[in-house]
Amino acid sequence: MAVASGFLLELGLILVALSVLGALARRLGLSPIPLYLLGGLFLGEGGVAPVPAAAEFVETGASIGVVLLLLTLGLEFSVGEFSESLRRHLPSAAVDLALNAIPGALAGWLLGLDATGIVAMAGVTYISSSGVIARLLSDLRRLGNRETPAVLSVLVLEDFAMAAYLPVLSVMASGGTWQQALHWMAIALGALTFAFLLSYRWGDYLGRALGHPEDEQLLLRIMGLTLIVAAVAEHLHASAAVGAFLVGLTLTGQTADRARAVLGPLRDLFAAVFFVAIGLSVDPSDLLPMLPFALALAAVTAATKVLAGAYAARREGAGRSGQLRAGTALIARGEFSLVIIGLVGTGAGALAAVATPYVFILAIIGPLIARLVR
Amino acid sequence: MDVRETLLPGVGLRYEFDNTDGDRIAVITHRGGDVEVFVSPAATDPDRARRVFRLTEREAEAMAQILGAPRMVERFADLSKQVPGLDAGQVEIGPDSRYAGQPLGDTKARTRTGASIVAIVRGDQVLASPGPEEVLHPHDVLVVIGTEDGIAGVRQLVSRA
Repeated sequence: MAVASGFLLELGLILVALSVLGALARRLGLSPIPLYLLGGLFLGEGGVAPVPAAAEFVETGASIGVVLLLLTLGLEFSVGEFSESLRRHLPSAAVDLALNAIPGALAGWLLGLDATGIVAMAGVTYISSSGVIARLLSDLRRLGNRETPAVLSVLVLEDFAMAAYLPVLSVMASGGTWQQALHWMAIALGALTFAFLLSYRWGDYLGRALGHPEDEQLLLRIMGLTLIVAAVAEHLHASAAVGAFLVGLTLTGQTADRARAVLGPLRDLFAAVFFVAIGLSVDPSDLLPMLPFALALAAVTAATKVLAGAYAARREGAGRSGQLRAGTALIARGEFSLVIIGLVGTGAGALAAVATPYVFILAIIGPLIARLVR
Repeated sequence: MDVRETLLPGVGLRYEFDNTDGDRIAVITHRGGDVEVFVSPAATDPDRARRVFRLTEREAEAMAQILGAPRMVERFADLSKQVPGLDAGQVEIGPDSRYAGQPLGDTKARTRTGASIVAIVRGDQVLASPGPEEVLHPHDVLVVIGTEDGIAGVRQLVSRA
């Protein structure tokens, strides 16, 4: 089998560069996501080192990265956690949604984006990075604090809101009408309910059917099932990401624990490729004029997140400093804002040029502020 | 005692209680089995907890045994006081017992005597609620709960060569 040495070399160099950036990020106590983005920006068109041979793989890998990100997210949550969060923290989630989606939508409107772009911007500013924040809370040893359950619950509810939101965006991005979008949102919610029932009633059975003592078998079965479901979801314009999320949700218990362990490294690799792909798809020369706008939006939505987090923590009875800790912890935006950008693509005018630096800024600033507030 | 249980979505569970000194103790069990123990001492910000230590799954199990073993025996003693006719006894497996090296289930102790084997003490280790597949070692001590006759029955059973 002939392998293009140019492709292997480029891919190898990209991964080496990412490992250096990732190590640097950990050293500084940052999430590696913004540095991966930066890596992507420097590569590709308009960057310092174009990677034509690896570009195709990066693009394919990116879509697998999205699927894996959402699959592992679904594996993290159980039905019980969702219903408990919904029962106790619904008002917090509503405040969070209103405070953080509206500035994004306004920004989209100010930029002169179309309806798809406005809805996409609302999503970008709304969704906090559960990956970055969960890790942050653990690193900062805040799991024992009073405000922490509220923070984690808000994150869960945001992630579930994404499952209803992504199909809408996906239909709008592919040129569908509002009615079609709502129609697919209803179907996505139905599928979510179905996945819940499946997980609740037959989760054990499903786990046994998919589970296998050998890791290799487990990996192949879960990946195979997930990709098929993702493909069907994508074909129906409900977004592959939502399909993968549903598969993750349905799996529970021991099978989910093992799946997390087996899929972890694969997710890390392909998610990194996805972040690079987002960076690659943006031309650095488009970014500069948009930077002040992105900065302003970041400042506004950092403040609104702090308010939303503080509200959630106050409902849990946390004092002033706890409220501030909860608010600042939630500032970080990350992987899911990028999933939204990736979904809409470069079709929506200035969207990627504003949203990419926006995520970059908040993915760096968010954890830093959270560290500073004690 | 009032132990509050809080769900930490995506992380695990948090158990919280106040001790007599007024410190708030929080134990977090992670999904993967790791355990973290936090404390917010009395008269400090009750919202903010300091992490005392983190244990892996195995370490947590060892810790649970250290804390649990004396309690268990105490609780059995209480139990036999509360329920007339119920007794707790200790039965050692002799080196020439036919059940040394055999799974606990092979003794069919419960069926034969009506008494239950609730723990096995092996050296300085206590195996609480042993399953029928647990293999008995010579010099294991079985903690037996049952009537006086039942406990005597178990003693006789395992002394068979």
